[in-house]
Amino acid sequence: MTVLDAPAAPPTAAPTGPPLPADTALALYRAMVTGRAFDRQATAFTRQGRLAVYPSSRGQEACQTASVLALRPTDWLFPTYRESVALLTRGIDPVEVLTLFRGDRHCGYDPHAHRTAPQCTPLATQCLHAAGLADAARMRGHDTVALAYIGDGATSEGDFHEAVNYAAVRRAPVVFLIQNNQYAISVPLAKQTAARTLADKAAGYGAAGERIDGNDAAAVHTAVARAAHRARTGGGPTVLEALTYRIEAHTNADDDTRYRSAEEVAAWAGKDPVARLEHRLLTDGVLDEDTITGITRDAQELTARLRRTFASPPRRDPAEMFQHVYHQPPPHLRSQAALLAAETATTAAAGEDA
Amino acid sequence: MPTDTTPATADATGTVTMAKALNTALRDALRADENTLVFGEDVGTLGGVFRVTDGLAREFGDDRCFDTPLAESAIIGTAVGMAMYGYRPVVEMQFDAFAYPAFEQLVSHVAKFRARTRGALPLPLTVRIPYGGGIGGVEHHSDSSEIYYMATPGLTVVTPATVADAYSLLRRSIDWPDPVVFLEPKRLYWHKEKTGLPTDTGPLGWAAVRRRGTDATLVTYGPALPAALAAAEAAAQSGLSLEVIDLRTLTPFDEETVSASVNRTGRAVVVHEAHGFAGPGAEIAARITERCFYHLEAPVRRVTGFDVPYPAPLLEAHYLPDVHRILDAVATLEWPARRTAAL
Ligand SMILES: Cc1ncc(C[n+]2csc(CCOP(=O)(O)OP(=O)(O)O)c2C)c(N)n1
Ligand SMILES: [Mg+2]
Repeated sequence: MTVLDAPAAPPTAAPTGPPLPADTALALYRAMVTGRAFDRQATAFTRQGRLAVYPSSRGQEACQTASVLALRPTDWLFPTYRESVALLTRGIDPVEVLTLFRGDRHCGYDPHAHRTAPQCTPLATQCLHAAGLADAARMRGHDTVALAYIGDGATSEGDFHEAVNYAAVRRAPVVFLIQNNQYAISVPLAKQTAARTLADKAAGYGAAGERIDGNDAAAVHTAVARAAHRARTGGGPTVLEALTYRIEAHTNADDDTRYRSAEEVAAWAGKDPVARLEHRLLTDGVLDEDTITGITRDAQELTARLRRTFASPPRRDPAEMFQHVYHQPPPHLRSQAALLAAETATTAAAGEDA
Repeated sequence: MPTDTTPATADATGTVTMAKALNTALRDALRADENTLVFGEDVGTLGGVFRVTDGLAREFGDDRCFDTPLAESAIIGTAVGMAMYGYRPVVEMQFDAFAYPAFEQLVSHVAKFRARTRGALPLPLTVRIPYGGGIGGVEHHSDSSEIYYMATPGLTVVTPATVADAYSLLRRSIDWPDPVVFLEPKRLYWHKEKTGLPTDTGPLGWAAVRRRGTDATLVTYGPALPAALAAAEAAAQSGLSLEVIDLRTLTPFDEETVSASVNRTGRAVVVHEAHGFAGPGAEIAARITERCFYHLEAPVRRVTGFDVPYPAPLLEAHYLPDVHRILDAVATLEWPARRTAAL
């Protein structure tokens, strides 16, 4: 499905979906502009050594934002490491979004407060958590839906298949959103699957499957809303495959010139989802230059605030590593905590003597 | 592995098998809290291949006790999601070696969720795993897999060795605020005791002294307890008094009870079915040595399974620690001459 035309590149298909209401389209645009500014800032932080790592989602903003805005706040998200912009769109504080990548031992935010699981790194494992939570909601008679994010490469992992199968068998209300950004680090999709499309995989499990233009924010919004409605009304899970592209390297630690050409990246940069929505909204008269200026200024304020927070290195109490391993520290952790406390006291004393 | 194992039943005299005690614990837990769920492979209509879930689906319905698709990672992974939503899942892995597909979910998620969310998402779920040998199971049906879970911070690992404990420890595990790997010694499923369930074992983390003794301490758990008790009995015939400790909770390890005993007896042998190299006994022996060094009359000995893949039923009798191997180890504990004569 596509909704928006693609002004900067030949359209991949004629528009087939309904246009979005103006307020939804504007909210999407705002989220995408904010997300892009945030993403650029986070990447800059990695160059300054202020983040331990950051996986950029530049180029995937349509998926990251529309998937969140198409759901209800009561629905749950099960993000991967790639989903920082989705988390920001959910309303999670930007500093909390980056907590993990700053090197903290925890996810930064309260999952219950935002109905958002911690960002998940072991590939595809979050799909099962989504299936279980959705099944629990179904058993309780709630109309909560769970959305699991997953990459193209991770669809080769067993947990993805176990999750789609489980959700289909038990009619658990899950939306599996595959952001097919063409690569799993360096490995292209052709080495990942012999299937015609990733959406096709749904058929083997009796789930619905649909492939959409992942750089078309309106198409993603419509498809996720439709899949969520299907799930909510007892229609079971949907596997959505969104075709997109990550413009940056896998993370700041990756050298993407080893596996893809500058021409390929440039071609996809030409299909930029933010420019595409902006062009359409300007054409339709939904957006004007003043609004763009306002949104851009707000985004700049957000990144300025981030820079202020990140200006000083984080200080952490070493003893916190012993907390929340168990509901109470068992004896062996208490004695290890005492050992560490003695060590840090000695170090501090030595520091004062010096 | 044959699936026509005898159903667990309590007879008129109040004699109960461990399988029945576990079954009763699950039934009582399902009654006590409507958030408790039981699911896994063949646990519904069949009642589990060891019949530990016998009758639960009938009594509580398909929503409370159900068969999942045959996928272990899915069983534990979906239990995580259900626990996030307020349920207390009690899931069954059919056999020790068939829990391995779920290892990633256990180690990367179940064990870490509380810490990763600073306590916002504790996962009060119980993973029941039948484990160990001695039942004539063919390959992949007799692994002693406890060390994998014991070595994973965030997991609590529990294993009963008596029928009464089986009931209480399982109830305690289900109610426990942290995720528990509950290891059920297969060879003790049909073990019978006269017991008016339930007995409360108290909070997890405490060992039980099964037999008082003064000359040496046998530290053991789960499937090896009967052999350790038999060895203590045999030693007593020769005038040697062995204390027998049943750990019950493997992680966290009850260092207090064990070291108090060894400080008193001055000698220790750790007994388990699992492999010796980097096995549970290695950790236990190291801790005993650290805590009891000045009271030890002899090096801490270990009687364990050999460091080979679990041998098929034709060979398992040679692999499993038995009374003789335990007594042989006890005999090497640097006894004064008069004691050696006793042995
Ligand atoms: C189970 C597992 N194996 C390997 C990795 C290392 N790894 C991290 S991201 C990644 C590539 C994932 O590609 P894809 O699913 O397409 O998602 P993308 O990064 O493109 O968003 C790999 C191999 C991991 N995190 N988890
Ligand atoms: Mg990818």
